[in-house]
Amino acid sequence: MTTGAAVVELQGARKRYGEVEALRGVDLAIGPCEVVAMLGPNGAGKTTSIALMLGLRRPTAGHARLFGLDPQDRRARSRVGVMLQESGVPGVLTVRELVDLFRAYYPRPLPAERVIAVAGLDDKSRARVNTLSGGQRQRLYFALAVCGDPEVLFLDEPTVGMDVEARQAFLTSIRELARAERTIVLTTHYLEEADALARRIVVIDHGVVIADAAPEALKARMPSKRVRFRTTAALDAAVLDGLPVTSLERVGDRVRLLSAEPERVLRELFRRGVDVADLEVAGADLEEAFLALTTRRPERA
Amino acid sequence: MTSPLASLGAMLLAQIRGEVRMRWRLPAFSASNLVLPVVLYSFFGLPFAGQTGPRGLDIGVVLLTSFAAYAVGQVMVYGFGIGVAMERGQKIDLLMRATPLPPGVYLAAKIVVAMLFGLLAALILFAYATVVGGVRLAPGLWASVIGRLLAGSLPLIALGFAIGFVAGPNAAPAVVNLIYLPLAFASGLFLPPDRLPGFVQRVAPYLPTYHYAQLAWSAVGAGREPVSTSIAWLAGYTVVLLWLATRAYRRESKLKFG
Repeated sequence: MTTGAAVVELQGARKRYGEVEALRGVDLAIGPCEVVAMLGPNGAGKTTSIALMLGLRRPTAGHARLFGLDPQDRRARSRVGVMLQESGVPGVLTVRELVDLFRAYYPRPLPAERVIAVAGLDDKSRARVNTLSGGQRQRLYFALAVCGDPEVLFLDEPTVGMDVEARQAFLTSIRELARAERTIVLTTHYLEEADALARRIVVIDHGVVIADAAPEALKARMPSKRVRFRTTAALDAAVLDGLPVTSLERVGDRVRLLSAEPERVLRELFRRGVDVADLEVAGADLEEAFLALTTRRPERA
Repeated sequence: MTSPLASLGAMLLAQIRGEVRMRWRLPAFSASNLVLPVVLYSFFGLPFAGQTGPRGLDIGVVLLTSFAAYAVGQVMVYGFGIGVAMERGQKIDLLMRATPLPPGVYLAAKIVVAMLFGLLAALILFAYATVVGGVRLAPGLWASVIGRLLAGSLPLIALGFAIGFVAGPNAAPAVVNLIYLPLAFASGLFLPPDRLPGFVQRVAPYLPTYHYAQLAWSAVGAGREPVSTSIAWLAGYTVVLLWLATRAYRRESKLKFG
């Protein structure tokens, strides 16, 4: 991707908070109409990346650009909508009042009724913000993010606190925005969410991008299942060698492993005559999958 | 293609509307800023309405001026002290910073609304004293008192800001009271300065609220120093307190947005 076409850009971005280096050189260029999910465990640097892209924080080294401008430039900010984690709004204002206030910040705002309807808050329009539930509040933040009809939408952990129904409705609105040719950058913990929305997934861990690829390509590299079982404590360690796993740990008689091909692992274990009790095969959670990705240090896509 | 930016005037207006609603709906501001001065005036001011003091001064008018200074000053110190601390605590500043709203517009709206509430607090007090206490003064003089109190409130706004950026959201109301009430007492806003303990009388002329009150008193002929002296002291305090507030603001910004 060429630099000139990028809507959002980080170049060699580093960010240090005191002793902690939250970002250790991130290069990322996001073009118009891309839908990008930034995926990573807590503390990986996702929120810091978003903060740099938005100019909420300044990089210790490197550059951040929005529409080729300084991210703090009002001309750039007028084309951007944001949903941040843990940000607040005045609780004594009503939903409608707050949406109208935010609409005044943008040159071409959408009609308030439409924004409130899209966020599914029609029946809460006259309710004060501090009476909203966690999920409703999250939808209000979404309404505030889209009210300026932004070209780029930044969503930091947007579905936190939403119930299943709200999450589905939310994902639908995001897809509609994507169809309407908006650029969307979202962070998430959930692989399914990233997979469902994004056509590009950027995996961040310990402040570096460890993968940047289409969901299909990424999933193929991720160990998807966790296998746990008990065996005899006296089992010879060599028996467990050479299995198609990305990680394996053994504590006493307990064995725990991650693999993209659990069926092959089990077939091999049975073939080798390993005693298997209390067998459990489950979907690996993302933290585990990341761990495997980081320890393997894969090449960048 | 229309303008790439929203109009600053429209933003300011929307921001003012929002601030007015917030202040009005939070009893911490509306009740304490608009009602408390009337209550205190009923205890300490009303009993002296109609009395004539030394130099032929109408004590009722002088006391009403004192309480008006207390009321307007309180709107500024509380509004900015508690308001800013609260917004920091609720992380309202975080989302605002990501919008195209310029910080200057945000600040200007806050000052305009504080002025409106200061004006309202003074008007309520004057109406109450006129109706209940029978205190009489030419409308032009009332206007002059209010004008001086609003214009002279800059150091108190700066004081509020400094507190708001240093104190946490839970501590701010206590800090504001602990600073503003003693200042008001020592400056003779509740009791005439000559009835205060000796050491307080010696400290008073160095306090910002003392000169703030003098500015209002001189409008009704009860000042004890030339207006230029009051203005010089208030300007000096504005510089010092703004410097402190800016320092606290910068330190906070570096931490949260560095």
